[in-house]
Amino acid sequence: MAALQIKSLKKAFGGLPAINGVSLEVAPGERRLIIGPNGAGKTTLFNLVTGDLRADSGSIWLFEEDITRQRTDRRVHRGLARTYQIITLFPKDTLEHNLVLSLLGLSKTRWNFFAAFDRNAMHEEARRVLRLVALEHLAGRPLAEVSYGEKRRVEIAMALAQKPRVLLLDEPLAGLSREERATVKALIAGIPRDVTVVMIEHDMDTALDMAERITVLHYGSVIVEGTRAEVVADPKTREVYLGH
Amino acid sequence: MQYWAIQTLNSLALGGLLFLLASGFSLIFGLMRIANLTHGALFMLGAYLGVSVLKLVPNLWLAALAAGLAVAVFGFFLEKIILRKLAGNVLGQVLVTLGVAFIIADFCLVVWGGDPIPIPTPPALQAPVRVAGFIFPAYRLAVLALAIVVALALFLLMEKTRLGAMIRAGVDDPEMARAVGIPVSRLFTAVFCLGAALAGAGGVIGGPIMSAYPGLDADMLPLALIVVILGGVGSLLGAFIGAFITGFVYTFGVALLPDLAYVILFLPMILVIAFRPRGLFGKFAA
Amino acid sequence: MRWLVFAALLALFPLAGGEYYINLASQIFIFAVFAASINLLLGYGGLATLGHSAYLGVAAYLSALVTLRLGAGHALAAPAALLGTTLMAALFGLIALRATGLGFLMLTLALSQVVWGTAFRWVSVTDGDNGLRGLSRPFGMDDAVSFYYFSFAVAAFSIWMMARFVRSPFGAALRGTRDQPRRMSALGHNVWLIRWITFVYAGFWGGVSGLLFVYYHKYIHPISLSLANSAEGLLAVIAGGSGTLAGPLAGAAIVMLLKNWASAYIERWNMLLGFVFVLIVVFMPEGVVPGVRKLWLRFRSRA
Repeated sequence: MAALQIKSLKKAFGGLPAINGVSLEVAPGERRLIIGPNGAGKTTLFNLVTGDLRADSGSIWLFEEDITRQRTDRRVHRGLARTYQIITLFPKDTLEHNLVLSLLGLSKTRWNFFAAFDRNAMHEEARRVLRLVALEHLAGRPLAEVSYGEKRRVEIAMALAQKPRVLLLDEPLAGLSREERATVKALIAGIPRDVTVVMIEHDMDTALDMAERITVLHYGSVIVEGTRAEVVADPKTREVYLGH
Repeated sequence: MQYWAIQTLNSLALGGLLFLLASGFSLIFGLMRIANLTHGALFMLGAYLGVSVLKLVPNLWLAALAAGLAVAVFGFFLEKIILRKLAGNVLGQVLVTLGVAFIIADFCLVVWGGDPIPIPTPPALQAPVRVAGFIFPAYRLAVLALAIVVALALFLLMEKTRLGAMIRAGVDDPEMARAVGIPVSRLFTAVFCLGAALAGAGGVIGGPIMSAYPGLDADMLPLALIVVILGGVGSLLGAFIGAFITGFVYTFGVALLPDLAYVILFLPMILVIAFRPRGLFGKFAA
Repeated sequence: MRWLVFAALLALFPLAGGEYYINLASQIFIFAVFAASINLLLGYGGLATLGHSAYLGVAAYLSALVTLRLGAGHALAAPAALLGTTLMAALFGLIALRATGLGFLMLTLALSQVVWGTAFRWVSVTDGDNGLRGLSRPFGMDDAVSFYYFSFAVAAFSIWMMARFVRSPFGAALRGTRDQPRRMSALGHNVWLIRWITFVYAGFWGGVSGLLFVYYHKYIHPISLSLANSAEGLLAVIAGGSGTLAGPLAGAAIVMLLKNWASAYIERWNMLLGFVFVLIVVFMPEGVVPGVRKLWLRFRSRA
């Protein structure tokens, strides 16, 4: 059973085809990297998988369940989580509160409109996840006050907090310093195997060693796909990157 | 039969008036993303100004022109001095236009008093006209004709002129328009003045049918809203079709079920919104 | 703790004030509930509404009609009124929430205007421009002092309920949808449903303020369902500062006091309302309560 399966997905904006018949299959526990030059359609593909965009045709399957027509929030409940390239978290709230909002998303508690909410199990769990990304010491700080690298780690924590089955990471290393990159890479490497990880990265060299299989996108189509070695060796990959 | 024919003409005339009112609102909303809640008050202000101009110059069309210009000038200052400062503050703009509407309404009350002031039909159009075996009040036919002329003029403006192309670009994608060097600020002011002028002139033209009275603004604003929500934001065609649908629904509603006319009035809007949040021809959902 | 002290002061107020001021205070309590219910949508939900007077008005009219036409007592009229108002809020929410932002605002405005227009025109039911008069207060509370304590109790309870709502997990999610609606969806929250529930809840408490309103005045007229009335409520929230619990309460007091003071000198309240809107939006966009708090902090840091 594939963790994530995309069948002949198509999406066009106006007359412009952004995703041109993409099919791919990610096995459970796999670490898949999706690369390609700017404009290849990587983020659009993620947006289609999460439901932020509606596909024109084709289908998306999560552990053999057709999620193509499901609303974004329903897909999250089926085990899909995602981080974003541009950080859109809650700047005025503390790190802990940001994580609580993530935990609430899957919890029945979110419909409780009468009980007080201050100190309870959910806040403990939030701190635990922050500990996983080594940010527990900043739990009480507003998100706006922490560094960019720390915000990136919060992004990942938000997704991990939901214990997803499939995790989509959209350029998790973008804009990070060398040191921060190493920290985040280690974090991603440490994600348990019961989570399938699909990652977008623009910089091929940085992300290569994080992936088991790689899909190369160009102008909305899959150009090359295979193991790390196969993709690196394939002349089409070089062409796609050297052509820029 | 004559009764239904008259009601049909009344619907068309009201539709024409609503188009004059709503087209400006739709353009302002479409281009500037401002829900101009002052619009009903601008209509009323135009009507009252028309009353005063008519005392000096007993020509309805000149009065409409003068009122339209005066209201356009008012709109110029409103946009430049206040609305411009609140760019990006959507709620602020709405509240300010609402506040200005209240100010205008009470101002009119102070200046022109609390009694409704009828506006006389132009003498040339007072005699009834015979069309297709029915007898129609000539003025309402004239209003309909005028609305169609204005619609055509606006259509030509939008489709055939540079200004129109810039407006359309701005409605489709304001960021891109700015990036391509379109003078968006001046465009905003121009469109706001145009919308205000249409509303003000519309108030005078509607005068012989509706009179000028306190509360005219509160009666017209929801109608403008319904037309624009129904027809779709930023679309002249939407404003046109929406205006006439609304004109018909309101006129026949009042005739058939006067108590519940207001409920019937918004039924088309609800139906359209339920199935198509962007309205019939809207460029984007409001 | 501050709230208890404040409540105690309010409880003792009738001993100090004359009848005029006691009545004014009752009106402030009623308006405070109205403003607080608007704030659930505006301050906590990020949804500006210009149609809230519909809930105040419909509850008032339903209560009046049930007591007047059916001859029933308040024990039946009040729940009937609230039920009717809540159902209307549920329906209106379905329609208005087909859009967000400005579209939502315009829909709430249009819907409320329809209710207002119907109140005027459906003369056989509402007696149109005459309004419905000769109404009664529950428990025969015709004197100022007992009504003061009644409205104080109801207002305190209402605001307490709304406070619990915003402090609950649901309230946290609501605030999340205000700040980052798309992100909230991506975290598994059903943003539309959160908003709709809040809309209905806000409509319910708007209805409660409507009951207090019709009990106080013993009269209801379509003008209470007007856009101007919705705007006054919105002004109270903006003036006091949205997004806090105290803001709408302070704003309600400010607007009510201003209205009362101004009506002694100025005939045209609407014009003043308009000017106040413009001034506050342009010069004090965060509202009076945060503005005063900032001044206070600056004063303290200098001392």
